[in-house]
Amino acid sequence: MTEPAAAPAGMGPRRLRAPAGGWRTATVREVDRPTPRTVRLRLEVPDRVTHLAGQHYVVRLTAEDGYRAQRSYSLASAPADPLVELLVERLEDGEVSGYLAEVVEPGDVLEVRGPIGGWFVWEGDEPALLVGGGTGVVPFVSMLRTARELGRTHLLRVAVSTRTLAELPYADELREAGALVVTTREASGIRPAGRLTAPDLVPLWEPGQTAYVCGSASFAEAASQLLVGMGVPAADVRVERFGPSGTSG
Amino acid sequence: MAGPTRGFLGRRRERDPRLPPGQYDVGSDWPVLTAEPTPRIAPETWSISVDGRVENPTSWTWDDVHRLPPSEYRGDIHCVTTWSKFDTHFAGVSVDTLLEAARPTADAHFVMATSKTGYTTNLPLEDVTGGKAWVVWEFGGQPLPVEHGGPVRLLVPHLYFWKSAKWVTRLTLLQRDQQGFWEQNGYHDRGDPWREQRYQGD
Repeated sequence: MTEPAAAPAGMGPRRLRAPAGGWRTATVREVDRPTPRTVRLRLEVPDRVTHLAGQHYVVRLTAEDGYRAQRSYSLASAPADPLVELLVERLEDGEVSGYLAEVVEPGDVLEVRGPIGGWFVWEGDEPALLVGGGTGVVPFVSMLRTARELGRTHLLRVAVSTRTLAELPYADELREAGALVVTTREASGIRPAGRLTAPDLVPLWEPGQTAYVCGSASFAEAASQLLVGMGVPAADVRVERFGPSGTSG
Repeated sequence: MAGPTRGFLGRRRERDPRLPPGQYDVGSDWPVLTAEPTPRIAPETWSISVDGRVENPTSWTWDDVHRLPPSEYRGDIHCVTTWSKFDTHFAGVSVDTLLEAARPTADAHFVMATSKTGYTTNLPLEDVTGGKAWVVWEFGGQPLPVEHGGPVRLLVPHLYFWKSAKWVTRLTLLQRDQQGFWEQNGYHDRGDPWREQRYQGD
């Protein structure tokens, strides 16, 4: 009989025990719509467990007859922010995102659970390359805000892809942080419309970085294969994909 | 527990009895949710081993598993991110067949499934025996697509789908439970969708 050998590098046991919180009744304090398809909710969460940048919350809605629906959303806020900030993309036919985008007002209460997740997190002390597509930039906004608070913005390199600049949430904040912004449906400056390429990412990559990729399933697949193709070890690439039913339903 | 959410009606009023609580029918869609780059694994380099608390540690190549008695699953699958997919059809081999060859010892009570990527997930042994779990390479009569775990994945359809490890390459029998990848990251050790065991403590 043999005992299990160590798992391959990358996804094996980690030392980190990420914080986790149970259900809370949050109060909506601020609602705005930074882009045509997104709504930003800032919530006051009583007895909140402090999160790590990259973690997410679950929002659960309950109808009068007890019917419930819940979805997960990444946090954009830094841990020290007194409120918890969610950025929700309004999906075609989205049962939860449609409600959050159209109905919710300041003063409403929402059932939330979090923080959740211990893989797609940045603890604030290691160099990282962040590659986001569309609303996949949300966890990276939390990481950038955390880095600013810690005085460690030099640890983060950021590349983001969006259809147009007007559709990119947190566009100004990302550009101020030095992010490379690639637009796939419109020219931007001297750059023609086009996808993120390896020559875009190579100058941002340094050995020792952990790469974080977040976006739609197709974006995440393309970007992670781009990184692996550049020679980034697959074990150093963490991926968060969302789709019609994933973390941003 | 909080009461109703102001103004929330919900859309799907007729609950399909096949839907566990908190789930919805994703229809013909099949979302891809993985935490690592998709590995490209040639079937001829793939193998699966059953080791740990067994009398006869055994490995099978791609050709070897195709010579085992075929077995299939027809039914539903449920993802913790709240989608369920009805009437799926997977084909491969029953985990019972692999365990019969490897012969778990009397003190084996848990299984750790390991993927080519290093992804792991833990399961009680009784959840992968008695015709409840498969190692599969076909979906809907076609080769299992790589983004859904091809060439070969584990299939444990009565539990949330993160237990059905993609790109599975190893099943290790254990005396005591150890946590796998998502389980260490806050997800439930068993993951029964009918009890809504999504996170630790549920």
